[in-house]
Amino acid sequence: MSTQVSPDIDALITLMAKLPGLGPRSARRAVLHLISKRTHLMAPLAQSMSEVAATVRECLMCGNIGTGEICDICSDDRRANGEICIVENVSDLWAMERAMVFRGRYHVLGGTLSALDDIGPEQLRIPKLLDRITTESITEVILALNATIDGQTTAHYIADEVGERCMISSLAQGVPIGGELDYLDDGTITAALNARKRI
Amino acid sequence: MAGLSLRSLTVSHFRSHKAACLELDGRPVVIYGANGAGKTNLLEAVSLLSPGRGMRRAASDDIARRPERLGWKVSAVLDRLGQQYEIETRAAPGAARQVRIDGKAATQSALGRLVQVVWLIPAMDRLWIEGAEGRRRFLDRLVLSFEPGHGDAALSYEKSMRERNRMLKDQVRDPHWYNAVEDQMARAGALMIASRARVLERLRLAQQGAQTAFPAAGLCIEAPEEGNDPQGVDELRSAWMEGRSRDLAAGRTLVGPHRIDLAATYEAKGVEARHCSTGEQKALLISLILANGRALAQDRGTPPVLLLDEVAAHLDAERRTALYDEICALGAQAFMTGTEDSLFAALGPRAGRIHVSENGGLSSLG
Repeated sequence: MSTQVSPDIDALITLMAKLPGLGPRSARRAVLHLISKRTHLMAPLAQSMSEVAATVRECLMCGNIGTGEICDICSDDRRANGEICIVENVSDLWAMERAMVFRGRYHVLGGTLSALDDIGPEQLRIPKLLDRITTESITEVILALNATIDGQTTAHYIADEVGERCMISSLAQGVPIGGELDYLDDGTITAALNARKRI
Repeated sequence: MAGLSLRSLTVSHFRSHKAACLELDGRPVVIYGANGAGKTNLLEAVSLLSPGRGMRRAASDDIARRPERLGWKVSAVLDRLGQQYEIETRAAPGAARQVRIDGKAATQSALGRLVQVVWLIPAMDRLWIEGAEGRRRFLDRLVLSFEPGHGDAALSYEKSMRERNRMLKDQVRDPHWYNAVEDQMARAGALMIASRARVLERLRLAQQGAQTAFPAAGLCIEAPEEGNDPQGVDELRSAWMEGRSRDLAAGRTLVGPHRIDLAATYEAKGVEARHCSTGEQKALLISLILANGRALAQDRGTPPVLLLDEVAAHLDAERRTALYDEICALGAQAFMTGTEDSLFAALGPRAGRIHVSENGGLSSLG
């Protein structure tokens, strides 16, 4: 980088620039900000990162991330209501949790089926899902996968595999809350029209 | 005056053009100059103002001017039924091409809804006698001009089919995985098939009773195997499910909309297009492009922008004049190239003229 920056700070900037949403310039700004708040932000951040790095792990049941073998959601008996929500990755799980409406458990696939990327059912924790449906007496599988080709192919695969074992549903597709029709693409309007409901 | 026309075209670091700006008035445009001057490059720039890879199907990095390789940019002011839009497409080195409409990032589908571009290039002179792929592409370009959503369906189909072909190649045996991929293929494939059928019927009607000097072409879609031409979602799904073992042996998908052929007949003579003379084959292509223009003008209020590269080749003086008259009657903004201005004399003041020359690998407009 620059000869005026010490190698340690330079290394920190290089690492920061690898974070999603940050480039070299924003990484430099972030590092300068951290340095200016060394006591109140930088040191606690470093300590927190160190602790999480030492303890973070994937939940053995659902694939969520936490600091124990079983995550808080899977440990909570109140969430064993027979419903399991299938999501592609942990950020989707967090999005669902932010809405605070789903009170069942999750299953994180860790991606979507893609023969071109060598991602098959075994790489997606699908055998574990089928196992959970039996052992946890699941009554409904809710597919909350992205409305992409890969997402929908994966949803179809899971529905096919689960078969008659329990009820299968998927998230609705259509007009978002607060959305204006004028701004929607043709595909979304078609999906919304097909999924219209009586009021 | 054209209902759909470019009012200006600016290209930057685009093949042999370092910077070029054309001010246009909606009339057809004749671009003339010596071989290798950079005439077709301007047509290619216009073709990239529509969805897809343009008329040469070139990779984005191949378009950038050498040796700089700084990326490239094409921008235009588009007049569509009296309303003006600023459209722009560009690609940085190693990056996919981006589209902007009125300064805002947009999808290629959005561009397809705004501007329809249809082309005829010398490589298509052998369209009726070469492989089916070129004819499918020609058909899909015509379909896209009527139904911009066809591009999305074709992309979805292509992606799912590549997945299936990879599974076949890897000898994957999981039936549930095939079911899932084939379901996506069937949904997109059925949309493609229906769009193609609608557009063929529309072209048939547009040719019927038209006052034109060009011969009507009878068109039909042929499946590679007679009696094995699944159409709807369920039929496609069943065909792929039943054909899995055969496809596994072949390592690819043998049935579907990616395998059809477009067959054409010189209707008045009852002769298949591939058996017609070179001039007749070109006349059939022009006939279809004019029919496409007439149908679009009727259905959407404006014909497409036409790109006719070296259009005078294989046409006698009478047919050339007829073509120019029909383009003007259609009200289409056609960009036509040729080595001599005299080839376009019959157009007179009905078209603007741009001379292109080249010096040391750099094109310039005169």
